[in-house]
Amino acid sequence: MEVTIVGIKWDEILITGDPIILGSQIAILLTSLGIIGGLTYLKKWKWLWREWITTVDHKRIGIMYIVAAVLMFFRGGMDGLMMKAQTARPEMSILDSQHYNEVFTAHGVIMILFMAMPFLIGLMNVVIPLQIGARDVAFPQLNALSFWLFFSGAMLFNIAFVVGGAPDAGWTSYFPLAGKEFSPGIGNNYYAISLQIAGLGTLMTGINFIVTILKMRTKGMTLMRMPMFTWTTLITSVIIVAAFPIFTVALALMTFDRLYGTHFFTVAAGGSDMLWANLFWLWGHPEVYIVILPAFGMFSEIISTFSRKQLYGYKSMVVSIVAIAVLSMLVWVHHFYTMGSGALVNSFFSITTMMIAVPTGVKMFNWLFTMRKGRIKMTTAMLWSLAFVPNFVIGGVTGVMLAMGAADYQYHNTLFLVAHFHYVLIPGVVFAVFAGLYYWWPKMFGFMLNEKLGKWHFWLFVIGFNVTFMPMFFLGLNGAVRRAYTYSAESGFAPLFMLSAVGSVILAAGFAVFCYNIYWSIRYADRNISSDPWDARTLEWATSSPVQHYNFAKLPEVKSLDAFWYMKKNNEGITLKDEEIEEIHMPSNSGLPFLMCVAFGIVGFFLIFEWHLLAAVSTVLIIAGLIYRSFDYNDGYHIHKDEIRKTESTWKKMEGKVNNHVS
Amino acid sequence: MEKSTERFPLTHVFGFVLSLVLTFVAAWVALEMNLSFTIVMWIIGTLAVIQAGLQLFMFMHMTEGEDGKVNIINIAFMVFCAVVIVVGSIWVLTSGHAAH
Repeated sequence: MEVTIVGIKWDEILITGDPIILGSQIAILLTSLGIIGGLTYLKKWKWLWREWITTVDHKRIGIMYIVAAVLMFFRGGMDGLMMKAQTARPEMSILDSQHYNEVFTAHGVIMILFMAMPFLIGLMNVVIPLQIGARDVAFPQLNALSFWLFFSGAMLFNIAFVVGGAPDAGWTSYFPLAGKEFSPGIGNNYYAISLQIAGLGTLMTGINFIVTILKMRTKGMTLMRMPMFTWTTLITSVIIVAAFPIFTVALALMTFDRLYGTHFFTVAAGGSDMLWANLFWLWGHPEVYIVILPAFGMFSEIISTFSRKQLYGYKSMVVSIVAIAVLSMLVWVHHFYTMGSGALVNSFFSITTMMIAVPTGVKMFNWLFTMRKGRIKMTTAMLWSLAFVPNFVIGGVTGVMLAMGAADYQYHNTLFLVAHFHYVLIPGVVFAVFAGLYYWWPKMFGFMLNEKLGKWHFWLFVIGFNVTFMPMFFLGLNGAVRRAYTYSAESGFAPLFMLSAVGSVILAAGFAVFCYNIYWSIRYADRNISSDPWDARTLEWATSSPVQHYNFAKLPEVKSLDAFWYMKKNNEGITLKDEEIEEIHMPSNSGLPFLMCVAFGIVGFFLIFEWHLLAAVSTVLIIAGLIYRSFDYNDGYHIHKDEIRKTESTWKKMEGKVNNHVS
Repeated sequence: MEKSTERFPLTHVFGFVLSLVLTFVAAWVALEMNLSFTIVMWIIGTLAVIQAGLQLFMFMHMTEGEDGKVNIINIAFMVFCAVVIVVGSIWVLTSGHAAH
């Protein structure tokens, strides 16, 4: 029965009839009720609004990004486990083919765009202003808006599978499959609209960090004295600004095709389905470097700190990341050699792709030479960085194999490719964000994550990762295709698939230990640690842990690379004299970014359901927010000297040294 | 460049005259020469690009101020991206089997 009001089919909104989805719906309902009930019972609503939702503090925004990313990691990981369970044995029937399509689509989109990106952007937010000796990013309220737009997009995408139907055309959403003709439901609207909203947030982040890094560095910090993580963040931001508009346009054209019947990508009326693949990867390949470069920066910081040496080949590192950034715009066709663009095109892109291995190789050797003759401390963060090197090289070398256009005709669309990009993205990004989290956790919260649990997390995760994905290289070479929900017993794939499934369970166990570690450390970890527990080298460790909201009472002055290391060594610039304290100008909190998140969420939801009238009307909400912002003359506030004096005296002796490490 | 407010603005006049010349040449090529449409488009397109570049340096103060170098890098990178996206897409989508 169809009941329609303004074109709304009420009986089609909630997905019904699948026990797994019914279970999820009940779980989501109970979790939501639990959160609402818990916040009400503990009387935390005001606290949540005042301290977190309206905050413009880069550190808190960063922490919210990271929390969201860990939750998304869980969601994407569950999708991965479901796929592994389905393919563990031949002819399994845990998921049917449609459901499997939806699961691998969600897994891909969530892991790249809603896990890797926010995790890295979160760490960038926490660390970068501190590393360059600034008090916040250039546009603090825009930064909050970035987060809330990401959150809006992520939440829209995440409700798809219970409300209205999940997208099912893969994370690449190739036309013609993703078009209205072959995917008539609203599932793929979720892809077009929610990624558009989240992408706006990412673009703003890119602009924000370019301006922050170019304009807000503290006195004496020239470009060539910037820490490596700051350098990679700058270059990443440049790639974001160059590449994300392409995705914005491509998604807008996709939206027009699906919602309003245009024919940009549909063959029927003279459009080109290949144009989608072309535009998608024009953004998609730089996107790979958007997630890998900040990770490279984190490894550089961690390896340098725990080898107790300056980063080897700093200048060649900078040249390498700039070269990677330029080359990243020139390799996109290697994602669709088999589309058949002709020998010259494929050869050109084979060569550019192989060229990327050169600067990446330079960086690898620089990390190895940084460790050479260093006094290496085997902390959890360092272990992740050490494991990154060989695992990432496996991903890189198989990447060079795939780079050859002619050979790719054999590898493409097999699990060999899937294994390759998991070997690049997991050691490259996931190991990095774990390393970064263990490393910067004390800076964010004032206590460390447990190192012993951290090592359990590390070993389970790394072993599980290899057991999961190494067999997939061989499955792929034997001809097992990707995105296939099942296979026959006669194919002979069963043992390796089973091994891979076992590996995924070990991987999940590693993640569980990680979550337990967070819980354990929040409850029991020693709070009595110094502001510089790792004896680190860069400016974020020159202030207290957790960092006071104005970051630095007195902005530090930089005289060399590894500024804080030399400040400690020469004992200069780390004391604070009473007369040096001045009032500090800080930005005010604002509820507007969150309200814009709600407004974009509402408009996005209506567009996804193709309720055009409601969507058009509710767009007023967004415009009202923009107008309100135009007349917002709040210039922030000043922190009084007494307050600064009081805050500073809790963590450092005035006139004295930084309190020593006591735990 | 900053001193040019005091002296006779030679570069500005030179740029203005050059712009006029380029514009009239373009008009003359399009209206008076009996060339095929494609060739006309190529010639006036080239002239337009030259004039845009000329104006960036002569009137848009691109090299002036503390951000002069940054501006040049920005514009070079922007041109690089635009060329890669447009020319690259056309090349990829019109060669080989993709053309059929």
